[in-house]
Amino acid sequence: MVDQLQVDGLRIVASTGDGGRKTIVSDVSFSIPRGEVLALIGESGSGKTTIALSLLRYVRRGCHIASGSIRLGDSDVMAMSERELRSLRGRRVSYVAQSAASAFNPSMRIMGQILETTRIHKTLPRKEAESRAVELFRALALPEPESIGSRYPHQVSGGQLQRLMAAMALITEPELVIFDEPTTALDVTTQIDVLRAFKRVVRERGITAVYVSHDLAVVAQMADRVVVLNAGEIRESGPTAQLLQNPQDHYTRELMAAARPALGCAGEGVASESPVLSVKDLTAGYGQPGKDGRPKVTILEAINFSIPRGTTLGVIGESGSGKSTLARAVAGLVPLADGTMTLSEAPLPGEMAQRNREQLRKVQIVFQNADTALNPAHTVARILARPLAFYHQMDGPQRDRRVRELLDLVHLPAAILDQPCVRLSGGQKQRVNLARALAAEPDLILCDEVTSALDTVVAAAILDLLMELQRELKVSYMFISHDISTVRAICDDVLVLYAGRIVEFGSRETFSAAPFHPYTDLLIRSVPELAQGWLERSGHPPSKGSGGEIAPGLCPFLDRCPVIIPGQCDRVPPPWHHLAAGNSVLCHHTQDALAGERAMDEGARSPRG
Amino acid sequence: MTTIVELLLRRLGASLATLLLVSAVVFLITNLLPGDPVQEMLGQAATPEVVEALRAKLGLNEPAYLRYLHWLGSMLSGSPGVSIANNMPVAELVADRLPRSLTLAGITTVVAVPLALLVGIVAAMHHGTRTDSIISGLVMFVVAVPEFLVATVAVLIFAVKLRWLSAVSYAPPDPTLAEFLETYALPVLTLSLVLVGQMARMTRAALIEQLQQPYIEMAVLKGASPARVVLRHALPNAVGPIANAVALSLSYLMGGVVIIEVIFNYPGIASLMVDSVTNRDFPLLQVCAMLFCAGYLILVLLADVAAILSNPRLRK
Amino acid sequence: MFVKQLYRRLGLSGCLGLALAVLWILLSLLGPVLAPHGPGEIVDYEVFLPMSAEHPLGTDYLGRSVLSRIMDGARFTVGIALAAASLAALLGTGLGLFSAVSSKAVDESVSRLMDALLSIPNKIFALVMIAAFGSSIPLLLLITGVTYTPGVYRIARALAVNINQVDYIQVARARGEGRLYLAVSEVLPNMVHPMLTDFGLRFVYIVLLLSSLSFLGLGVQPPNADLGSLVRENMSGLWEAAPAIIAPAAAIASLTIGVNLFIDSLRGRR
Repeated sequence: MVDQLQVDGLRIVASTGDGGRKTIVSDVSFSIPRGEVLALIGESGSGKTTIALSLLRYVRRGCHIASGSIRLGDSDVMAMSERELRSLRGRRVSYVAQSAASAFNPSMRIMGQILETTRIHKTLPRKEAESRAVELFRALALPEPESIGSRYPHQVSGGQLQRLMAAMALITEPELVIFDEPTTALDVTTQIDVLRAFKRVVRERGITAVYVSHDLAVVAQMADRVVVLNAGEIRESGPTAQLLQNPQDHYTRELMAAARPALGCAGEGVASESPVLSVKDLTAGYGQPGKDGRPKVTILEAINFSIPRGTTLGVIGESGSGKSTLARAVAGLVPLADGTMTLSEAPLPGEMAQRNREQLRKVQIVFQNADTALNPAHTVARILARPLAFYHQMDGPQRDRRVRELLDLVHLPAAILDQPCVRLSGGQKQRVNLARALAAEPDLILCDEVTSALDTVVAAAILDLLMELQRELKVSYMFISHDISTVRAICDDVLVLYAGRIVEFGSRETFSAAPFHPYTDLLIRSVPELAQGWLERSGHPPSKGSGGEIAPGLCPFLDRCPVIIPGQCDRVPPPWHHLAAGNSVLCHHTQDALAGERAMDEGARSPRG
Repeated sequence: MTTIVELLLRRLGASLATLLLVSAVVFLITNLLPGDPVQEMLGQAATPEVVEALRAKLGLNEPAYLRYLHWLGSMLSGSPGVSIANNMPVAELVADRLPRSLTLAGITTVVAVPLALLVGIVAAMHHGTRTDSIISGLVMFVVAVPEFLVATVAVLIFAVKLRWLSAVSYAPPDPTLAEFLETYALPVLTLSLVLVGQMARMTRAALIEQLQQPYIEMAVLKGASPARVVLRHALPNAVGPIANAVALSLSYLMGGVVIIEVIFNYPGIASLMVDSVTNRDFPLLQVCAMLFCAGYLILVLLADVAAILSNPRLRK
Repeated sequence: MFVKQLYRRLGLSGCLGLALAVLWILLSLLGPVLAPHGPGEIVDYEVFLPMSAEHPLGTDYLGRSVLSRIMDGARFTVGIALAAASLAALLGTGLGLFSAVSSKAVDESVSRLMDALLSIPNKIFALVMIAAFGSSIPLLLLITGVTYTPGVYRIARALAVNINQVDYIQVARARGEGRLYLAVSEVLPNMVHPMLTDFGLRFVYIVLLLSSLSFLGLGVQPPNADLGSLVRENMSGLWEAAPAIIAPAAAIASLTIGVNLFIDSLRGRR
């Protein structure tokens, strides 16, 4: 086989702020045979995006390629002039960026941007280019392929934009396509559609590609060969199958272990004891309430749940499902439009201003982004000391001692006490964040996507810490996440949120086997498995999503449901069905029907295309 | 479409409300006098009766809010009282001077805006190179220096050393081209220089902010040339901020006109205002101040309209 | 060692700017002591003399030493501008912070008023106030300070509103902290750095405004004279291109450009 791309001894250097230099990619070599897909996998700071961009001989501000050779076909990319480079970029090598939402020019129509490449490189006359674009839209399973190009980027969804960007990359029929984390910013149910579309065009057109990702399971679906990167160096490389079955490098094994958290052993909550928190008929939203008493924009509706002492409630949902609003409503940061909350058998006012200090102390919130959750002007000691003084009136040596105990609890060295928190790593920051919540000695900690911004290995350690703290301190968690495997791993009960409504509720065990609510089913089946060929095997129909307004009360999943019952689902509000395994679903289907659908679907599974 | 019209109307309403508030502020300041303006006008020799009579005539015995409403009404009806210093109707004085100032400001705008955009765009296109540093340095120099310094240096060079132009600007009623140039060359040159500095600086900043967006990186990776990247991709998205920068700088023009008219003895509204400050001629001062504020608000409004119209999210 | 670090941090132009700024602050403190002659002292019967060893910057329209008058005038320009910039910074930051953490109604009304004040061009605003109140030195300080307060307010409020939405403020709010603690302990420390940069720029604006007012004869009044007054009183020397008019103008330029260079280097080389 002929190598389409050959990279040898690539070294990229960044200049640091104070005039120093730092090597961010060192001695990286790999090659890609024509028609194959090579994955660059690594965590943040591994240099994967830097390497990907360098294939276009493009580096971000402050970096430069210090040495190495890059050969594309017969040409030496490193020896090209500026003019030659311009005719390389977009024409022979094209790029699909991570966030299509910001990589499209907001003031130009999509078709104009897609055709721009053909205009710059004069590959095709306008008419032909346009019809090829429409053909690509169709191949990428985009809706309304004839007219979608005339829209502006803000008028199409994230998943569609990502596919449109792929169309932009493919329109010049380049020799190499670089996909840079193209599905990372997407919801899991959208990701699977996009992956499927990508996979199809890559296979059908025999495209040579570099696929950059941090997610091994995604890479397993897309790539023929994998290069594992860590801190700018290659740790291991080889064919995907070989790497997945028999990883040689310690770091690769660590990545694989962290990718799928093992089932935790928490959950000794005693059901007989009164719950820490119970919520009844909670409705919340933004804007002035209208005549019907509902807020202008309703985010959450008819939410009911309770959290037994010492247990973890998982809340799972996609972006826009209202899961963060739920945490903020419980914390008192978002006013309730309706409903009641009970904290340790006493009513908990929705308005924060009406809560007493004890009630405030008992509920603590930990945010997703540790970078913004810690005040950059404060030291670690000051951050931890404040809740001690505020809730427990501690001061002097007693407080200092307690601050050190807290650091110990989250496994941080006392040496960081006097550092401003900006100097800490992401994982350390999240630990300080947790320690601050623990300082209050709360009954309930609201964890809002606390591991989502972290690299997988670091995230796994934080999850372990959470479980350890629960065993020691008997604290309860409300654990909010978009990642069902994490939730299944550490939570006792799980609640599935869709468009502000609970669609399924049950104990952790009920989430390991069907029957589920159709949405839960879609969610679970959309999570890529760490096995090759999963994408072809998982034959669920592409989500439709008409985007139309659903009348209040009706099933919120109506427009995407694959097993909709016409005449019933779109007319009558769905009832709660209690299934045999102990979970409850908000659905017209009964136990047998849901189990039957799943079985039928599984029987009919076959690779598509 | 309705959203755009709605936005524009709301913006217009906000401008009018601001102007009303400004009028109240101007009225308040000019009526918070520690001394008695009538006493001051008539001098210490005036008898209390005379003072009282003039007070009554000027309506100074009414409560403040009534005086404000009267004042507002008289300004809106186009007859804002009589100048204390030269005993002429303010409207007449202003009508004579305003067109001259507008001419000066207009010519300056026509010269300065395109030049500033050009300079700003060139600097942004060469962002980070020597060309950019040189332009930015020059621009900073002009911006950091008072207008009267620029004017003085200009006079020194063109009128004193080279003897090309006269240092005093007075346009005869029907100027020939030579006279016209002679009159306006120096004031326009000076004003433009300062203005170009301001605007070019802000234009460059607005463009550079756009150039750091991910979609610019994408355009580069599509093989677009630097000129295409700036003109086709960054510029359309910077229209809003640039329009804003232009409006803000033109407010600077308002201030600059004051100095320039005085230095070159140009008979415009600004030198009239400076005289009214020296003479504490409040009826005249109030009108001049309101004219400047209204002029500025109109410019900002125009900039906002440009920003709204250039935003594709509001287009259908 | 220290100089080397400074150089690395600020670059050449930044260091030059810092040196100029420090020079002017020193002159404003020590100028009257170091000046070879008194500001009102007539040192030569020849007016508008060119530069010479005897009169380093020549003589002015009355035959006084221009160098001595500049050294004396610096304290008015730098002193008033520093005090006025501090006043504007304190008032503007305080009000901006107050607005940002107050109820929506309070925030709206303060912001509307400040917007209205902002739409009065600076020079016009100052002129109206001078006409109404006069132009003694304390009044000039107040007037120039108040003129620039709305500008500071706008920046401070925007900054505070942004910070107010960041998660760490939400955490403190959820803890039950009061508004005063939020404003002073959580928001304010993160405003200091940008507001200091803004202070430097305001200082430059105020020097320019004050000099312009004095140039119009409406600023610092005789017998005192700031740098702007010196340009005004020697305008008749323009036809002879006397240093009496060029030197004070260059003095103002070196001060404002110096501060500008320093601040630009602080904001990072863009």
